Amino acid sequence: MEWKNKADVVIIGGGILGTATAYYLAKYGRKDVVVLEKGTVCSGSTGRCGAGIRAQWGTEMNCRLAIAALDIFEQLDDELGLPTGLNQGGYLLVAYSDKEFENLKTGMKLQNSLGIKSRVVSLAEAREICPALDASDAVGFTFHDRDGHADPFLTTFAYLEAAKKKGIAYHRNTEVTGITVRGDKAVGVDTTKGHIDADVVINCAGGYAQIVAKMAGVELPNWGERHEIMITEPVEPGVCPPMLMSFSGNYYIQQRPHGSIICGMSPEGHPQDYKNRTSWQFITEMSKILNKLMPATKGIRVVRHWSGLYDMTPDGSPIIGETQEVQNFYHSTGYSGHGFMLGPVAGKILAQHLVGQKPDIDFSMLDYKRFERGELLIEPNIT
Amino acid sequence: MSDKQDKVVICRCEEITLEEIREWIDRGYDSFNELKRVLRVGMGPCQGRGCQDIILREISRRAGVPIDQVDSGTVRPPVKPIKTGLLATGGGD
Repeated sequence: MEWKNKADVVIIGGGILGTATAYYLAKYGRKDVVVLEKGTVCSGSTGRCGAGIRAQWGTEMNCRLAIAALDIFEQLDDELGLPTGLNQGGYLLVAYSDKEFENLKTGMKLQNSLGIKSRVVSLAEAREICPALDASDAVGFTFHDRDGHADPFLTTFAYLEAAKKKGIAYHRNTEVTGITVRGDKAVGVDTTKGHIDADVVINCAGGYAQIVAKMAGVELPNWGERHEIMITEPVEPGVCPPMLMSFSGNYYIQQRPHGSIICGMSPEGHPQDYKNRTSWQFITEMSKILNKLMPATKGIRVVRHWSGLYDMTPDGSPIIGETQEVQNFYHSTGYSGHGFMLGPVAGKILAQHLVGQKPDIDFSMLDYKRFERGELLIEPNIT
Repeated sequence: MSDKQDKVVICRCEEITLEEIREWIDRGYDSFNELKRVLRVGMGPCQGRGCQDIILREISRRAGVPIDQVDSGTVRPPVKPIKTGLLATGGGD
């Protein structure tokens, strides 16, 4: 693709956030958009994620974002003209203590008040939903049938291809090395391929958001935290159709329609060396958890194991909005492990704001100054 | 190349044909990692042992790049598929 020295909007990052934001900007009329990706499309956190989509959240903001994201996902194949691999097998959340079950039920009341039809299910029903489940040590479960997952590769490709059709430019293997600030405004970016003047710069750099922000002299409280994940060979369907997840149990497990079972857990500590490494301890521990939850999985083989960065914030909620010190420099970062599922709605509302429309969801409370003000939006429903 | 050759299955794990691989290379997805993400080639139990060389050759031909300059893609553990029941017996340091 031809290199342009000037663009209306430059988006840093070719993951779900960058491509979705580009698509909606073009859809709403700002078509002079350039997406810069240091590797290839969805080679960062998006392509490495567990791909779950859920509305069972513990803050009103995350619930509102998530249910709006589900509404988008449910008609996204038609909108983008390519498949996204959406599969709504629900999320089955597992509590292992009375206190944890109470917390799930508190979250459920909030969700129900916002139109999310999550509900408590018995162990017997949980086993109907998830045939391989043992979980005889669990105290309780909640379930939401519209939750599920989509294919992060297909979804991101679909956004990018649809955005390209609307006229946006995309450059892969192009790393941003600097952000030009003049006075109190961002006016362009330097890259390994050259400079681009820009009226607006958007940081969609996922796990590297903090590093990109620093290029404009902006300190974000984010950090890129390494999480590992593994996938098995494809087996007959019906082992674990929903996303099975527990915060205290520290796991998420789901069988894809394709037959393979994807499993992840949070690391000990907060590994933040920005290296996508893997450890043998992970596949050992993950296999133990998997076998205990679903004894029938013992004979299933692990075929692949990798890691990716969660773009964490101190409260587990995202950062969306303009920088105060550096105008025209926006962030859509800090999704703390749920950027893929929120990407469609986050891209849409930021684009709406940037074209002067009223966003579907007011995201002003997600500005990054909330950490200085002490107005945290602490999300309880994460591991 | 004849149509018959295009129907040849290159990735047997994911049942991807030469035609599909050529179609996506021509759309600009001309690295092994990109093709892996869009078509799942190399993601099955064989981990690309069956298809990788053929795909790299196709990338080389269509992009006009010598094969030794084509990125061979990321290799991920485990080297061979291992049963979770066996992995779960591991532990300690």
